[in-house]
Amino acid sequence: MPGRPARHPDPVRPAATRGSRVTLWLLLIAAVALNACGRRESPVDVAAREGILLINNADDISDLDPHVVTGVPEHNVIDALLEGLVRLDPRDLAPLPGMAERWEISPDGLEYTFHLRRDALWSNGDPVVSRDFLLSHRRILTPSLAAQYANMLFVVTNAEAYFNGSVTNFAKVGFEAPDPHTYRIRLNAPTPYFLGMIGYHYSWYPVHIPTVERFGGMARKGTRWTRPENFVGNGPFVLREWRIGRHMLVEKNPLYWDADRVRLNGIRFHPITSLETEENAFRAGQLHVTYEVPRPKLDWWRTHRPDELRIDPYLGVYFYRINVTRPGLSDPRVRRALALAIDRPGLVTTILRDGSLPAYHVVPPGLRGYSSPVFAQATDLEEARRLLAEAGHPGGAGLPELEIHFNTSEKHRAIAEAIQEMWRRGLGVRTTLANTEWKVYLDQQRTLDYQISRAGWIGDYIDPNTFLEMWKTGDGNNNTGWSHAGYDQLLEAAAREFDPQRRLAIMAQAEVILLEELPILPIFFYVKPYLVHPSVRDWTGNLHALFPYREAYFAPSPGPLSSR
Amino acid sequence: MLRFIGRRLLETIPLLLAIATFTFFMIRLAPGGPFSAERNVTPEILLNLERHYGFDQPLWKQYLDYLGGLLRGDLGPSFKYQTHTVNELIADAFPVSLELGAWALLVALSVGLGTGLLAALKRNTALDHGPMSIATLGICLPTFVMGPLLVLLFALGLGWFNAWGWYEPRDRVLPALTLGLYYAAYVARLTRGGMLEVLSQDFIRTARAKGASESRVLLRHALRGGLLPVVAFLGPAAAGLITGSFVVETIFGVPGLGQFFVKSALNRDYTMVLGTVLLYATLIIALNLVVDILQAWLNPKLRLE
Repeated sequence: MPGRPARHPDPVRPAATRGSRVTLWLLLIAAVALNACGRRESPVDVAAREGILLINNADDISDLDPHVVTGVPEHNVIDALLEGLVRLDPRDLAPLPGMAERWEISPDGLEYTFHLRRDALWSNGDPVVSRDFLLSHRRILTPSLAAQYANMLFVVTNAEAYFNGSVTNFAKVGFEAPDPHTYRIRLNAPTPYFLGMIGYHYSWYPVHIPTVERFGGMARKGTRWTRPENFVGNGPFVLREWRIGRHMLVEKNPLYWDADRVRLNGIRFHPITSLETEENAFRAGQLHVTYEVPRPKLDWWRTHRPDELRIDPYLGVYFYRINVTRPGLSDPRVRRALALAIDRPGLVTTILRDGSLPAYHVVPPGLRGYSSPVFAQATDLEEARRLLAEAGHPGGAGLPELEIHFNTSEKHRAIAEAIQEMWRRGLGVRTTLANTEWKVYLDQQRTLDYQISRAGWIGDYIDPNTFLEMWKTGDGNNNTGWSHAGYDQLLEAAAREFDPQRRLAIMAQAEVILLEELPILPIFFYVKPYLVHPSVRDWTGNLHALFPYREAYFAPSPGPLSSR
Repeated sequence: MLRFIGRRLLETIPLLLAIATFTFFMIRLAPGGPFSAERNVTPEILLNLERHYGFDQPLWKQYLDYLGGLLRGDLGPSFKYQTHTVNELIADAFPVSLELGAWALLVALSVGLGTGLLAALKRNTALDHGPMSIATLGICLPTFVMGPLLVLLFALGLGWFNAWGWYEPRDRVLPALTLGLYYAAYVARLTRGGMLEVLSQDFIRTARAKGASESRVLLRHALRGGLLPVVAFLGPAAAGLITGSFVVETIFGVPGLGQFFVKSALNRDYTMVLGTVLLYATLIIALNLVVDILQAWLNPKLRLE
């Protein structure tokens, strides 16, 4: 047995008194510590006072080179630092003057002439001239740069040929800079979404040529020209700090042509990836704007702090890809039966609960002038069973067990489990679930190594074409094995059509084919739920989830709001 | 002793080379590559991308190039953070991990040693059972439960700390507590066990019989041997603390190395994966060496061997 140390009470000082003193000291230290730690002005209040918007950007960005990057977080920062020929009104996404103060479109809709504003400057004081655009557009089309978004420029005459190397003389590409303040672009076909695309998509933005040249040249990626100490932009903000894992800080650009109207002094982008951490940061007064809201918490925000919860429409569709080369799934009747047996309203109200809309077509709603055909008005189990029996699989008999693929995510799993049950109960179709890690999932999609796979698509511009073109034969994003000559012809006809109304009508015809054949099963249309601190004013939502940096400002005294 | 250290240091070189080689080829075997993206690119673009990063070379050439870089201390460019090199990213994140690890180690040792000693000295009393039950709970309570609980209480409830970030000195408190308390629980149990074992030995009884005071028995005679299990545990524990924990870094937004360890593997950021693996391996080897030296100093028997 180990010896237990004997206690020898101090004969002089009674133990109780000594204990009391110790307690007293501990209490005193605790009081001082608590006082030091006590509630203080929260970071959102301090930042609002300084005019700095604290926003979560969901991840660290890979780079700021608009001709190299591909992600949404990158887009959000680039939009603060660079401006294209036109910009979009965050309220309705209408094209507004940007670097070009006005423009003319030729009567045949093929030629756009932009007149650059003479007061436009780069953040180092250099004037913004048409040559900047010309060389920037040449840069993104240079094959050795391997720009992943170069295809956004393929609407321009000979742009694709130059990128592929079949045309080597850039003078033959439809870009022209006749004088420093005039820039002309010639298109292959009338492209009604052209202004919207060049205002939204960063692949069209210019870069400061001398800076890019100084750091490794025009055709090199990953050079240091995008570092804060080197970056030269033409947008409303300039880059001050870029610390991976911490934040990016941009500050108001005094040389921006419309600087007087920019009311924020700066924006700090945070890279918080976890939804729970992001929500905690918002509640602790560390963020003015979040990127998302954890789904299980949506109802709480709706009930308790509805003024801070925003749910904006978003230009995106969630769907299941079907590998039509697999047995059973090659029959359109089977695909239609599967589509009809999904209870979409049930999914969005019980699982998503964020206001997402059930999808009975592919092109999301809200595109002016376009009305999508639908493959059904609602879930139709009776018709689904009939079609399955007609295809030779009554009650799912003879149909191989199908595998639903999805990348790791609670949301995708919940949706897949619900659909699995709907198909089992409604049709007798047996399925298994396969959860794969993101890069593996991407590989399996590309190589058609799946049967049914969840997917989503966010539009690159406000036009049905961005949702329909990818289903053409051989398109790199098709990934279903589906091919339909009639569909391809209709899309080509739409691209050649001069009359905007007729063009949209042809696209609707193409969507009819897509919905008859159903190589994909549309499930729901996205919305964007997020939180905005009440001190932030004029924060408008839009289909692109484009941030209204130029418009947003702080309420005069945001102090008391954050202390809740 | 110097020869022992020298021999151990020499042994590390082939070990690190083996780790680098194994990781290099293993990561290449994983499906999906750094350029797999949701929007497919044309084969021409892919080819140009591969050329840019040297992936058009045969694998053995890429391996030799990597080793060449390694010898020069160059860990290569990151594929994900395109304008940053792996050296830069590690140089930025490692001090953060080191600081968090140091604070957490302080928490683990002060709380763990104190509690363990108290429990050993007050064996089978409330002062033993109480703290030891809490320590058991601490081991069972993972950081992803403890972290949010601390955030709920001290950041959202009382408003004393930020819920996220690494800006002010006070931002160190919650992540260090979350990480440290988890290890403190282990340290407490190991300390208690080690001390009880030593206190039961003959030389302690002899010391007491000779009239040594209880504090002298404890500090002079028992502590040195009683802490041996803790010291053995400290090597891997310190490595674990310094390399941080992805969970704690995610919960509190600590910009340390842990985030890269997981993210780089998911992004197939080959060079970053290799960089972090090599750094972790070096750390573990170095800390184990330190522990071996400490143990030898604490335990004369080991020194003789």
